[in-house]
Amino acid sequence: MSDADFEKVRQAQAERNAASGKKGFKDASSQRTNSDKASLTANFDKDLYGDDSSDKFAGYNTSIAVNDDEDMEDADDDGDNGRLVAQYTATDAQIGEWAHGETAEADILQSREKQAQIASRETDYQKQRFKRGLDGDGEKSYREVMLQRDMEREEARVQKLVDEKEKEKMMNGDDDEMEGVEHKALLKDSTPPAEEKKTTRKRRWDSGAGTNGDAAANGTNGDSANGHATNGEAASKKSRWDATAAPNGESAAAPVKSRWDMVDNRTAPTPVAAPEATPRPVQPSFSFGTDVSGRNAPLSDEELDEMLPKQGYKIIDPPPGFEPVNAPKHRVAPPATPVNTGGFMMQEPVDPRSMDKQLPSEIPGVGDLQFFKTEDMAYFGKLVDGADENEMSVEELKKRKIMRLLLKVKNGTPPMRKTALRQITDNARAFGAGPLFDQILPLLMEKSLEDQERHLLVKVIDRVLYKLDDLVRPYTHKILVVIEPLLIDQDYYARVEGREIISNLAKAAGLAHMISTMRPDIDHVDEYVRNTTARAFAVVASALGIPTLLPFLKAVCRSKKSWQARHTGVKIIQQIPILMGCAVLPHLTGLVQCIGENLNDEQVKVRTVTALAMAALAEASAPYGIEAFDPILNPLWTGARKQRGKGLAGFLKAVGFIIPLMDEEYSSYYVSQIMEILLREFQSSDDEMKKVVLKVVSQCVKSRGVTPGYLRDHLLNDFFKAFWVRRMAVDKRNYKQVVETTVDLGSKIGVGDLVERLVVNLKDESEPYRKMTVETIEKIVAAQGTADINDRLEERLVDGILHSFQEQSVEEQVLLSGFATIVNSLGTRCKPYLPQIVSTILWRLNNKSATVRQQAADLVSRIAIVMKQCDEDQLLSKLGLTFYEYLGEEYPEVLGSILGAMKSIVNVVGISTMQPPIRDLLPRLTPILRNRHEKVQETTIDLVGRIADRGPESVNAREWMRICFELLDMLKAHKKGIRRAANNTFGFIAKAIGPQDVLATLLNNLRVQERQSRVCTAVAIGIVAETCAPFTVLPALMNEYRVPELNVQNGVLKALSFLFEYIGEMGKDYVYAVTPLIEDALIDRDQVHRQTAASVVKHVALGVVGLGCEDAMLHLLNLLYPNLFETSPHVIDRVIEAIDAIRMAVGTGAVMNYVWAGLFHPARKVRTPYWRLYNEAYQFNSDSMVPYYPSVEDANLKRNELMIML
Amino acid sequence: MADKLRTQQQLESLQNKYVGTGHSDTTKHEWTANIARDSYASYQGHPPLLHYMAIGMGMPMEKVRMHCMEKMVLPCGPAPRAED
Repeated sequence: MSDADFEKVRQAQAERNAASGKKGFKDASSQRTNSDKASLTANFDKDLYGDDSSDKFAGYNTSIAVNDDEDMEDADDDGDNGRLVAQYTATDAQIGEWAHGETAEADILQSREKQAQIASRETDYQKQRFKRGLDGDGEKSYREVMLQRDMEREEARVQKLVDEKEKEKMMNGDDDEMEGVEHKALLKDSTPPAEEKKTTRKRRWDSGAGTNGDAAANGTNGDSANGHATNGEAASKKSRWDATAAPNGESAAAPVKSRWDMVDNRTAPTPVAAPEATPRPVQPSFSFGTDVSGRNAPLSDEELDEMLPKQGYKIIDPPPGFEPVNAPKHRVAPPATPVNTGGFMMQEPVDPRSMDKQLPSEIPGVGDLQFFKTEDMAYFGKLVDGADENEMSVEELKKRKIMRLLLKVKNGTPPMRKTALRQITDNARAFGAGPLFDQILPLLMEKSLEDQERHLLVKVIDRVLYKLDDLVRPYTHKILVVIEPLLIDQDYYARVEGREIISNLAKAAGLAHMISTMRPDIDHVDEYVRNTTARAFAVVASALGIPTLLPFLKAVCRSKKSWQARHTGVKIIQQIPILMGCAVLPHLTGLVQCIGENLNDEQVKVRTVTALAMAALAEASAPYGIEAFDPILNPLWTGARKQRGKGLAGFLKAVGFIIPLMDEEYSSYYVSQIMEILLREFQSSDDEMKKVVLKVVSQCVKSRGVTPGYLRDHLLNDFFKAFWVRRMAVDKRNYKQVVETTVDLGSKIGVGDLVERLVVNLKDESEPYRKMTVETIEKIVAAQGTADINDRLEERLVDGILHSFQEQSVEEQVLLSGFATIVNSLGTRCKPYLPQIVSTILWRLNNKSATVRQQAADLVSRIAIVMKQCDEDQLLSKLGLTFYEYLGEEYPEVLGSILGAMKSIVNVVGISTMQPPIRDLLPRLTPILRNRHEKVQETTIDLVGRIADRGPESVNAREWMRICFELLDMLKAHKKGIRRAANNTFGFIAKAIGPQDVLATLLNNLRVQERQSRVCTAVAIGIVAETCAPFTVLPALMNEYRVPELNVQNGVLKALSFLFEYIGEMGKDYVYAVTPLIEDALIDRDQVHRQTAASVVKHVALGVVGLGCEDAMLHLLNLLYPNLFETSPHVIDRVIEAIDAIRMAVGTGAVMNYVWAGLFHPARKVRTPYWRLYNEAYQFNSDSMVPYYPSVEDANLKRNELMIML
Repeated sequence: MADKLRTQQQLESLQNKYVGTGHSDTTKHEWTANIARDSYASYQGHPPLLHYMAIGMGMPMEKVRMHCMEKMVLPCGPAPRAED
């Protein structure tokens, strides 16, 4: 390339650069000059490498743009102008599908402590709560507040006009103008237009109508945004980075000074938190290595200077409207607090930045807390300032006391919390509403608040409210501001808490005060405020009764002044039925009248919300109350014809909920009236509309007035054309709704018609679509049966379901249950298809994939009964043999399914005709019993138990004994079902081969260590005794008691206890036999021994009530009674139970004779257990105690009536 | 400690359900009053017993019942004054 060419290119580039520079920031004077730093692009060692920075690219082809960023800037200028066609992209709903709503998935990248914070879970809409200020609300009169609201509305109006004008300008494409605007935004200056804009953008929480706050805001704004430019290079070391991001830097006095900040500073100016004390962000932490926020903290100037290259980059002024995202306005500490979340933590080298300041480990006068967060320092820092409490005024001391108690409640251990909460509640009136709420409410507005903390603080408010009663009035609005956001929380319990607080508040403050407090918010400019206020108002209505609020609501809903007020009014009425359910019925007419006229409102939003309110009212009052809706039916139906879009969706919803209330004639008429619109909207592409339409269709279909004929003629074709398309199967929500609606349709028009239309889809190529079809058919068939399906259809149906069963790429439960339901419903009509089905199953049992095999086995266990009905014994035995061969299956899930299938085959075929014969099958099962997998264990033991029950003779005794040994291990299983099955099986086996051998095994097992195993063994002995008569077991069992080993003796006692529990009245023959044994046990030194003996006594006594063993029982009572003074809870409970049982057996009088003696004993330690006995007796036998009360000598107290003799 | 609290609560709930139950600090007066009230309630609740008593007292059954009912008010006289 020649020099001339080269020069030309360079010049062109320079020109281009200059051109693009004109637009923005080529202004060198605004750049720092750091002459002491080495350049990154130039050679450092100029001796060695030469100083070639001037002509570095000599010899390179520079026509290829290397720094294409500059070029890109040009390209960006075109914006969308260059593109002629709009870009195709996914809708917001599709992009966000997995991020919000029901299908939301947890963000695994979010740290756990962050997840715990409420604010991090909230949507942007919910986060608006932080914009509502707390300050000064209480002090203003109603008039002032209303004036302020008017002003705000005016401001909003003007702002809107200004915005519109600007937009218009942009639409006109006034390029020069645009360029000018852009310049102004980027360059440093204090031109008047920018300031003017500022004043219009003033928000509600700028201090009131006063302008001083505003001026301050402008002042700080100018400083922080443009400070460096105006200062020039005076502060050379300080860069603009700290003006934007550092939370503690100068900008901590945020550009817009909100009232919230003022609250903050007033309540908690702390040494650590004060900005001037710590010029750089403080990163305190609890333990080393857990501080994640340290890594994520804003970087300092020096660090940034080191990290970033100096050449080729420039530091840009932040645009005037910019507020740094991570600079918290509400507090001075960094957001994320390291909380020990309990998991494993990597040890990390200590970040030096986190070392410079530690949080106090203990707060004086509070004690050990569960945790203490950085943010807490802003509120509770005062407690550690070490001031002398003797010099404080009473007010200050009070504040401190409250602070300490709140800290204990919020961060303390449970017992601390409890006492602190009680103290706060008890002293609430002494503290006064002011000091309490001034501290509680800011805490609730903290951004890093977690669920538990919020719950506790809300609890404090609740208790305090109760105590303060009407003293809360000045704070009503503040409390509402803090509590209202709870009403729209995702968490159900938070919503309930919020409701409770607001309803208590309403009861404490009274209706008039509530109305005057909330009235100004009803037509607030901010939609968020109106929404939450409406919800709060609904709570007030439910607390104080709808009738009291109705006149006010009527007035609001008819407000001429602003549509916002009407909107909020209707919204209140919409929320009332949602809160109260069918309790709205008595007031339904009034409520409907209230909002009736709003159906024809001039504002679309009001009309829509009115329709939604109607829907809510109708839903809550179903199936009653159609009279109340009579006057609005006409406007509603005619209105629906006029609406489009969102409004129409609302109207249709209302229609859908009102139709079920109507009687037959009405509903058929009204359905036909709305059908036209529904059919039209089938074509709608809006998801929301689709959902509403489907819902309304199913509601219409369900109403009695709609005939199947009508549906066939008018609805069916369009419905299938619009909704039975592959696209619907892909979206989860649509899928569900379509299936539901189709099933509703099916219940009206019959299975035959519907399946006829659906059956084609079973062979569709789209798998989700097939799935949707199968699910629908399953639901219809399960509800309606298959009597309506003709032969040809039946053939197609079975063929289709087989096809879709075979074509699954992922094994789905839906297909399995669909197949099973259809086969079961067809019953004997299935016979021709069974060979084909079975061959499919056999084929799939051979499949490589485990889930396929499992599904095939599961299918057999579902349809075995139908196969038997069809007399397909041949096929069953073939399947049985196949399964027998597959018992070597290695996947436990599959093995479990195979055993389950085997079991159902045994069930239908019977033991004797089973193929393979039981004598071959059972030995194969014995080793499987050792499998540790729960599903396998459960199914095997079920199968074994069934064989032991029905056909024990097919296997010899030795095999059964072997199984017994295996079963002992089962007694240790975690699942209760397995243990129970094992115990029952012991019973069957004992019955089959006689109790002796089984008993010997079980008795030996009493010697093992594990408690659970021993307990289960005891239960098994009880069962064996029950099945084989007690006399076969008792001698051996009692003999075992002679073994001088505690575990064994206890086991025997336990077995006796279960035994007597199971045999009940049969026990009377054995009472005298076991009495000496129990006698011995009751006077044993060991507590547990006596305890178990007591439980034996209980069961023996309950078994012999009224059977004449009183002497033995009294004898046992004598031995039992001294145990009354045991203190161990288990022992004393068992003893008391036993005495109660004996009271049943020998009568109240006899036992009460023991009780009278100690009721008024001088020693409290004696009186207490005696009174317990007395209370027990009083609860259960008070009437039978009457004749036995001791006679008192006092003349007054004689019960002369009892002395009457005839 | 916690256990004691629980027992206390259980006792309170028990006493809310059954007035006649007692505890180690029940006085003789309370107890005897409860006995008397329970007895009168029991007489009224067993018609044969009431019948028997009516015959024995030579009064109509209804009168005896009224009598039983009236006696339930302060059956053992007023409570003795607490000694300080």
